[in-house]
Amino acid sequence: MNPQQEPRLSLLHITKRYPGVVANSDVSLSVHPGEIRAVLGENGAGKSTLMKIIYGAVKADEGEIMWNGRQVDIANPAQARRLGIGMVFQHFSLFETMSVVENIALVLDEKFDLASLAVRVKEVSERYGLPLDPHRLVHNLSVGERQRVEIVRCLLQKPQLLILDEPTSVLTPQAVRKLFETLRKLASEGISILYISHKLDEIQELCDSATIMRGGKVTGHAVPREETSASLARMMIGRELPVCEAKPYTGEPHTVLEVRGLSLPADNPFGTTLKDISLTVQAGEILGIAGISGNGQAELLMALSGENPVSMDTVLLQGKAIGHLDAGQRRDLGLVFVPEERLGRGAVPPLSLARNALLTGHRLAGMKGWGLVNYSKARNFAKECIQRFDVRCNGPDSAARSLSGGNLQKFIVGREIMLAPKLMIVAQPTWGVDVGAAAFLRQTLLDLSRSGVAILVISEELEELFEISDRIAVLAEGRLSAAKPRQQTDAESVGLQMSGLFDTTTPEASHASA
Amino acid sequence: MHLLEPRAQPSRVMRWAAPPLAIVAMLIAGSLLFWALGKNPLGSFKVFFIDPLTSAYGWGELLVKACPLILIAEGLAIGFKARIYNIGAEGQLIMGALFGGGVAIYYNDSTSMWVLPAMVAAGALGGALWGWLPAVLKTNFNAEETLTTLMLNYVAVFILEYMVSGPWRDPDGMNFPQSVMFSDNALFRVLADGSRVNTSIFIALFVVLAFWLFNARSFLAYKLEIGGHAPAASRYAGFSARQTVWFSLIISGLTAGLAGVGEVAGPVGQLNLNISPGYGYAAIIVAYLGRLHAAGIVLAGFLMALIYLGGEAAQVSLQMPAAITGIFQGMLLLFLLGADAFIDNRLRRPA
Repeated sequence: MNPQQEPRLSLLHITKRYPGVVANSDVSLSVHPGEIRAVLGENGAGKSTLMKIIYGAVKADEGEIMWNGRQVDIANPAQARRLGIGMVFQHFSLFETMSVVENIALVLDEKFDLASLAVRVKEVSERYGLPLDPHRLVHNLSVGERQRVEIVRCLLQKPQLLILDEPTSVLTPQAVRKLFETLRKLASEGISILYISHKLDEIQELCDSATIMRGGKVTGHAVPREETSASLARMMIGRELPVCEAKPYTGEPHTVLEVRGLSLPADNPFGTTLKDISLTVQAGEILGIAGISGNGQAELLMALSGENPVSMDTVLLQGKAIGHLDAGQRRDLGLVFVPEERLGRGAVPPLSLARNALLTGHRLAGMKGWGLVNYSKARNFAKECIQRFDVRCNGPDSAARSLSGGNLQKFIVGREIMLAPKLMIVAQPTWGVDVGAAAFLRQTLLDLSRSGVAILVISEELEELFEISDRIAVLAEGRLSAAKPRQQTDAESVGLQMSGLFDTTTPEASHASA
Repeated sequence: MHLLEPRAQPSRVMRWAAPPLAIVAMLIAGSLLFWALGKNPLGSFKVFFIDPLTSAYGWGELLVKACPLILIAEGLAIGFKARIYNIGAEGQLIMGALFGGGVAIYYNDSTSMWVLPAMVAAGALGGALWGWLPAVLKTNFNAEETLTTLMLNYVAVFILEYMVSGPWRDPDGMNFPQSVMFSDNALFRVLADGSRVNTSIFIALFVVLAFWLFNARSFLAYKLEIGGHAPAASRYAGFSARQTVWFSLIISGLTAGLAGVGEVAGPVGQLNLNISPGYGYAAIIVAYLGRLHAAGIVLAGFLMALIYLGGEAAQVSLQMPAAITGIFQGMLLLFLLGADAFIDNRLRRPA
């Protein structure tokens, strides 16, 4: 990188307003050839909007875009690609039933024949350490491999600028390292990279420079390696990173949840079959289950919550077989659940918080009688939940969908805690939640467990699991590894297990499934 | 590329303003239609919408037609909220009429005060049975209720045709496909001389009040609402999807069955092939026009009844074809659906 050079891309005073919110306000940043620049910020800081403006998916209200020293007007993604801008989205846009090369052919604006394209795909993928078989079907690929398809797809168009949006959120630590190698190689060839993330350690490891955003504004430019995590965090969230505190559990330990040999065939061709899953969760502890979504997480959660009842003896709550019970019956016995999808599953989007409180809170005393609902009781319940769990909203009458992700999550977690559970199952507790709310939620879970509740957390965020779990297991390809105390394991070995390399399986088996 | 994109927060005000807007649009389009047919729009408008309401008899007729519409729509609305689309109310009405009418035919000579109550109970049962069938088909065989309920309408019509041209045909009826006239003991009592308004309106009144309370306060209505808004949340809460299907289809069948008894033991007075001028279908429009709300449905029911009356008047005074009623109903539904589409969505502005 040479700062004297002309920037590859400069954004000058970009402003983008949406009804009721300014997504970007007077944002300026530039990236030079061969530079890896981080765009660091929390959820909702305006990073994604800014990247969509660069990629032509959204049009800025004010400001200019300079591309290689020339002012440009990027009308749509096709034009962005012609200029030499490639983007790898956080959520992949691949057709599962088509092969790698077919998926790549779909976005090329040029004429091609599949055979020679396949050769080019192979060349490019090997050159950048992204091995791919062009003829494999996408639904057989792991998440990391799917990301490779997206990256190779961009690289075939010979981009000068590559934008990656939260690329590591679905990768194992090993895959992250591999990705970083590729990105460094690309940068050394003069490609500029914009790397969007909220993970401080990654940015310090990979990026030459960083632009930090908060609330739609640029709050600072920095050289990440010269900063501490604390100083970056201050720029990102305006204060120190909050840390969680775990007291030791002093109560009587006993098994609350036991799963015995749970096997479940996938109910659709792209689902995951659960294979002989066994686990226990004790009162006063948090069991963390790591793994990348799509490895049986959804299926296991449905079976544990009762949304998909299974055979009776495979799930036991305090010794009682409950596998056959539905979610309502299990909740009556003290098993509560916070799902990954807040809108549409954990809460009903257009309904008020008071009505959403009733969704599971109806079983509390006084909420209903003679088949009629006591709506003022439900309102009070919602009010108490809002107060106790610091839910920022306009009161119990605000619609669930009007709340931010973090506040709605606090409401749902709070509602379930107010049912006085014995066991709480939480999926992706802080997914899409800002740093402050995430810390609050983690502390809430820790406090709840120390009060004697057993907690099972399923999460993709390894850092989070290592922060709050007492024991950690890994779910990969429908199999669950034996849980290990947190002190006896680390991100490295959990990451290996996430890619399916279990202690118990042979290298051949793991190779076949990788 | 889609022309519409969803709105973040559909307006509540517009939700309730949509029915009046649809009515105004219907009136404007209707005037254009009259004009195109060479009639004076203002005069036609008067014949269609004003004249029917200028006499006590007209108001009575309005009530006679509004009652079955309201009764059916109240039941349908419960299912519609849960996204259970029963479009078989017409068949359920006919089955109610058949069951109720059967009692009247078998006890035609009885003077017992229990004949009419037994007819009402039998009619409710008949309608409920015709709602129960698609419920079973849906929960056990995953058969789409929109199709099964629609098809069962035809089955009901065929059963009716068979009964009135076979076993229950009036022996002195000169071979017309109709049953004997019911005895006075098997008819709802007329409330005022010279009108056809009868005591069955109290059934409708009771249903409106009961369903109002049910919707506003009952836990079951809450569960149905959740099932309609977010099936995954319903499953998450452990509410039974089966219960939702069974309850909504049986309750809407039941009210349609009551409406059927109200017709045969009221204005019609026998079983024949003209029991219903499509009340079961029109009530679908009434339910949505009333925003699936118990009170809104009452207003919508009166409007739809007026369209029926106006359609009859237009046939007599303006020599319009009978299809005019259907045209106005269709326009009303079209404009309402159009308005709803723009409440939930907005035009996508090209980027």
